[in-house]
Amino acid sequence: MKINYFAWLKDKVGCEEEEITLPADVTNVGQLINWLSRRGPQYEDAFEFIEVIKVVVNQACAENDQAVKDDDEVIFIPPIAGG
Amino acid sequence: MTQLSNDEIKRYSRHLTLPGFGLQGQQKLKDGSVLIIGAGGLGSPLGMYLAAAGVGRLGLVDFDVVDVSDLQRQIAHGTSDIGRTKARSMKETIREINPRVDIELFETRFTCDNALGIAQNFDVIVDGSDNFATRYLVNDVCVLLGKPNVYGAIFRFDGQASVFDASRGPCYRCLFAEPPSPGVVPSCTEGGVLGILPGIIGVIQATEAVKLLVGQGKTLVGRLLLYNALSMSFRELKLEKNPDCPMCGENPTITNLIDYEDFCGSRDEEIGDSQARHNEIDVADVASLIEKKADFVLLDVREPVEWEICSLPNSVRIPRGEVRKRLGEIDSAKDVIVYCRSGVHSGATTNFLLEMGFDRVRNMRGGILAWANEIDPAMPVY
Repeated sequence: MKINYFAWLKDKVGCEEEEITLPADVTNVGQLINWLSRRGPQYEDAFEFIEVIKVVVNQACAENDQAVKDDDEVIFIPPIAGG
Repeated sequence: MTQLSNDEIKRYSRHLTLPGFGLQGQQKLKDGSVLIIGAGGLGSPLGMYLAAAGVGRLGLVDFDVVDVSDLQRQIAHGTSDIGRTKARSMKETIREINPRVDIELFETRFTCDNALGIAQNFDVIVDGSDNFATRYLVNDVCVLLGKPNVYGAIFRFDGQASVFDASRGPCYRCLFAEPPSPGVVPSCTEGGVLGILPGIIGVIQATEAVKLLVGQGKTLVGRLLLYNALSMSFRELKLEKNPDCPMCGENPTITNLIDYEDFCGSRDEEIGDSQARHNEIDVADVASLIEKKADFVLLDVREPVEWEICSLPNSVRIPRGEVRKRLGEIDSAKDVIVYCRSGVHSGATTNFLLEMGFDRVRNMRGGILAWANEIDPAMPVY
């Protein structure tokens, strides 16, 4: 699975883009976030405020119960306000 | 509606010969009006291009004055404008580009008290603001008035753009239902921003505003455009209206403007009458404590890149966003003095530490800026 982090999330996670192999027991967006959060302190930190972050699967916004597969592309988009 | 004069036909000739635009399109621009919220990084190219394009009436809302650190990106202002209001400075820039544009200045904060009255007289509203409270306000005003909100926002090397029009697509709240807590997202001051970035995003917003007025093309309604300057890439994703949106959903629960500072928690950012106000220390007193080699914790809550610019000696450095998790690194048995660039964020951190049971915490009033001003004139300010 290809994962992209936008704006300040990439600073927190430490990379802009990564390829992961989805574990068999991760089948929806909510589980994906839980699994990612446990990958290390930087991930835990990045997903601490998950309620304000938009999750996008294959170019469309997704909720926690949306199914995910290994060949999906996921983008995490946090709000930004600069102008 | 007044017909285009011969002078105008000459001025806008490249539009008039543009297939699908022509005289009719130019006439629509002349009859149209755009309200620009914020005469800063996004507002600069917006105002300049919309004026050059021949939009009949532009409203500029900004209460702020031009600072030298704005000039890296806010290209409507020049060195001689430092200290003047941004609204007036931009008006002059626009006048020079196109004196035919009617300009209305609103040298005030855009607030829930004046927003509806200001916005109702414009066809298109463009959000070039720099904080979440104003962004939610602009959104709600546009939903209530049934006007399109041309959205753009920037952070470091990244930008977002969309058109929120609740009558035919999602609104900003459908995308971001809740604002982040203060301190979660660094501002441009703390986080930095590539100076060219607001140019790119602002020009996209200007393009969308022109398309909305002329009624041509496919706008960003229902789409969010993501831009990254480092990878020079654009991405686009579909946005859908949230049927449960409290503002534009099927059963809206917000039917009037609310208290946006309260909603975004940003009022806490102002030190006001809060505890931090009663727990402040002047830079002169901090300097004498350092000179006396007093045993206390000097806590720098700025970002690492800010530490590289300047710092006070022997500071414990914990970025504000990490303080909650790294409390154990702060010795609560000692006096703690917190500082940041200007004293606002360290005030919020002081409040937080007081709540967490640190009872010997004080905020260094005025931050690094005050230190440079009163103690060490050689220190660089930013």
